[in-house]
Amino acid sequence: MNNPIAGKGVLLTGGSRGLGRALGLALARAGARVVLVARHADELDEVVAAIRAAGGEAHAVVADVADKDATTAIAGQAAAAVGPIDVLVNNASTLGPVPLRLLLDTDCEDLERALAVNLVGPFRLTKAIAGPMVLRGGGTIVNVTSDAATEAYERWGAYGASKAALEQLGRVWAAELAGTGVRVVNVDPGEMDTRMHADAIPDADRATLADPARVAAEIVALLQAEPGPAPGARVAIRTAPGAGASTEAAVAGASP
Amino acid sequence: MKPATTYPDRRDDVRLLVVDPLTPGESLRETRTTALPDFFAPGDLLVVNDAATVPASLRGRDAAGNEIEARLIAARAEDRFGAVLFGAGDWHQRTEDRPPPPALSIGARLRFGALDAEIVARAAASPRLVELRFAVGGDALWAALYRAGRPVQYSYLAHDLPLWAVQTVYAARPWAFEMPSAGRPLSWEILLALRRKGVRWASLTHAAGLSSTGDPAIDAALPLAERFDIPAATVRAVAETRARGGRVVAVGTTVVRALEGAAARAGGELRAGAGETDLVITPAFRPRVVDGILSGAHAAHESHFSLLAAFAGPERLAAAAAHAERAGFLTHELGDSMLVLPGALAPAARAAA
Repeated sequence: MNNPIAGKGVLLTGGSRGLGRALGLALARAGARVVLVARHADELDEVVAAIRAAGGEAHAVVADVADKDATTAIAGQAAAAVGPIDVLVNNASTLGPVPLRLLLDTDCEDLERALAVNLVGPFRLTKAIAGPMVLRGGGTIVNVTSDAATEAYERWGAYGASKAALEQLGRVWAAELAGTGVRVVNVDPGEMDTRMHADAIPDADRATLADPARVAAEIVALLQAEPGPAPGARVAIRTAPGAGASTEAAVAGASP
Repeated sequence: MKPATTYPDRRDDVRLLVVDPLTPGESLRETRTTALPDFFAPGDLLVVNDAATVPASLRGRDAAGNEIEARLIAARAEDRFGAVLFGAGDWHQRTEDRPPPPALSIGARLRFGALDAEIVARAAASPRLVELRFAVGGDALWAALYRAGRPVQYSYLAHDLPLWAVQTVYAARPWAFEMPSAGRPLSWEILLALRRKGVRWASLTHAAGLSSTGDPAIDAALPLAERFDIPAATVRAVAETRARGGRVVAVGTTVVRALEGAAARAGGELRAGAGETDLVITPAFRPRVVDGILSGAHAAHESHFSLLAAFAGPERLAAAAAHAERAGFLTHELGDSMLVLPGALAPAARAAA
């Protein structure tokens, strides 16, 4: 079976929790050589160990994507570990302080932090990674976005504005990189059963939320699809809810 | 010529001297790097070194507490690097004025911040040219190098150089111990304009080492053997370019060394793959793969100058150097540029521009 992910170098930010963790596991299972970025070494090491225990390849880079000086270090350490990067997933993001606040109550510094992590960090990393991709004539960059980028949810102003701007950057990247072989897509994973979601909406009914492992499997399928989504496309993933059920478990669970 | 003491506002807008070693009549033209695409023709191939620049300068102390700076010059194994040792002082002093490091024997331990290392070999040429084995290897060593290391600095600079400032726009694997600086003026604006004109690009990775150390014994041995990796796609692009009469233009000395070094190893035939070369390009060298070179502006006494002579010929190069001197071109890592390309100033090229 054609597997365009096998052997590819993947750089994934926000790799220690939630969707990032699930995506790291799924990408490695598909044969990718995965570099995970996150701020906390202990959480990151746990994910790397889990991937390696399953026979996959994973490397940890401890860094904050909002730190300007970390950009070159992240790109350099990733390329030292797996060679030139074929896929960049800008997944790391912050909600800012929770409970989420009305815009009138939002501190300016909190908006700035959301922009630094969710917008400026991905911009810098994309700049560092897309250049060598263009030179080699191929690569994929995925920006993980949210429906808060397109809907005006109360209290989601800072986060939503940062994701809307990230999506717009993605579209302009795609326009500017047309014909280079490098593809930029925005992926909205939908509402998932993650710690971030619990922080934002503590009283949500978890039974209505998607399992990040199933969403991760959909994103891997998207990366393996030929020809795959058009450059600049916004892909909304809406898997059936099912907390705790991985794709495999869901299949197994279908048996009586 | 004077060195540039800071980076330009725009990386792709510095002075450019075009030298045409072939066309009778006009053989020199002064312009700016933004005009680079004007001097290329459809079917030409630009080959760049995609090595990212490593934070190769590590400051620390030996076991007796003496200050040490180690500048990494070559990767040898997962936990080992070749290095040149310097004593107290910093980059504000010229390397030749720095005190030498204390005499350190094999087995001596060094500490760079939280990173421990041991000297496991010393070169016959100089006791300052050593091999370091670090206490960690692989991912952990790279993380420690990016934490503790800084890019090699230069005494003529007005300020510290941050790591991002010594990267090209296409930097990928961290193989270069000093910036492959000939490619510094290339922006995506220029690279995409070249492509629109029908010029192809290709890349290779070459582990550019230190250009000078201030230690005459070591400098006499430079450049040391450096490793390279040439993708099959680049070998194909070179062959297709030559078959169709296009010109192969190397961006920088490191690309010339990799392409010509690889060809020299295989009887003149360029082959894909990794290797190491100690090829030194002298004015008498006859390139087999490369037709032209984009380079930094160099003064006549610099070692890069003799490499340029292999492409421009001694007379035109002397005229170019005299022009650059008169016109106040800036040299070194952040300076102005020179393009040596046969036919660059031919009327046909001008008409197409």
